[in-house]
Amino acid sequence: MNKTIIKALIPLAIFLLLVVLLYNGLGKNTRLLPSALIGKSIPKFSLPSLMTDKNISNKTLNGHMYLLNVWASWCPNCRIEHPMITEFARQNIIPVYGLNYKDTDAEAKRWLQQFGNPYNDILVDIDGLVGIDFGVYGAPETFLIDAKGIIRHKIVGELNPQNLKNEILPMIDKYK
Amino acid sequence: MMGQVYLTLMKKLTIIFLLFANTLFAIDIHEFETEQQRLDYQQLTEELRCLVCQNQNIADSDAGLAKDLRREVAKLISQGQDQQQITSYMVDRYGDFVRYSPPIRIDTIVLWVMPLLVLFIATFIVIRTIKKNAKITEESNEL
Repeated sequence: MNKTIIKALIPLAIFLLLVVLLYNGLGKNTRLLPSALIGKSIPKFSLPSLMTDKNISNKTLNGHMYLLNVWASWCPNCRIEHPMITEFARQNIIPVYGLNYKDTDAEAKRWLQQFGNPYNDILVDIDGLVGIDFGVYGAPETFLIDAKGIIRHKIVGELNPQNLKNEILPMIDKYK
Repeated sequence: MMGQVYLTLMKKLTIIFLLFANTLFAIDIHEFETEQQRLDYQQLTEELRCLVCQNQNIADSDAGLAKDLRREVAKLISQGQDQQQITSYMVDRYGDFVRYSPPIRIDTIVLWVMPLLVLFIATFIVIRTIKKNAKITEESNEL
């Protein structure tokens, strides 16, 4: 008698297990991939600056914590996050650098003229090769890099008040 | 009448063309010195995931990043790197997610073992059920 009841309950148990498993997967953002580079040094690079004639290398930026914002004039979400980047840069918490990703200088400059330039300096990555080294898979992306050049955090998509407050600011306190 | 038939035919052809357009456009030309390099390229681009269009590999995708990654794979092959080196180059930058076949590790073992386990259990249940049914048929035949 007892055995039959247990047997009858097995399908229900399997069903409930599946429900829990699938419910967990619901609403998950599958676009958010963990970065393979968190805790690692930034890649070696030497890129021209959009604002000066000098080249910027990975070593130039060492010595202080900063945000590196990957953007392009062709990227609609960069326009959406731009006021947020501007506001963050205005607060002078840490400097903000830009990585102009697969763009043209002329269009990038026009974009900055139209919306304002919040960046301390901008690295130009025309063919996206340094982007690949950073594990970038789309703009915008924002990296938090500490004084030793180690990547501490990465935001995929726009910087917004939530991820600034809950992710970036605590990380700045933690690694400063 | 003929005009109508022609129109439907053209519509169908357009749809067929659009279905294949994606693969047609994703062809770009890389030249390799050896046949082995060409094979390496083919295998690598088929097993690396396009990260912006997650259910495609980079061989099939026309996305900008997929193109860049194909070019990078071709470049590394021409420099003499083997499949393993190039795969770890990609994994270093994009994580295990970039591979269609995840490595066997403690946190991925479920992925590999689960299907086998389910297969064994299913086979076991099927065999048992068949035996049971055979027995019942035998008994009823004896009656």
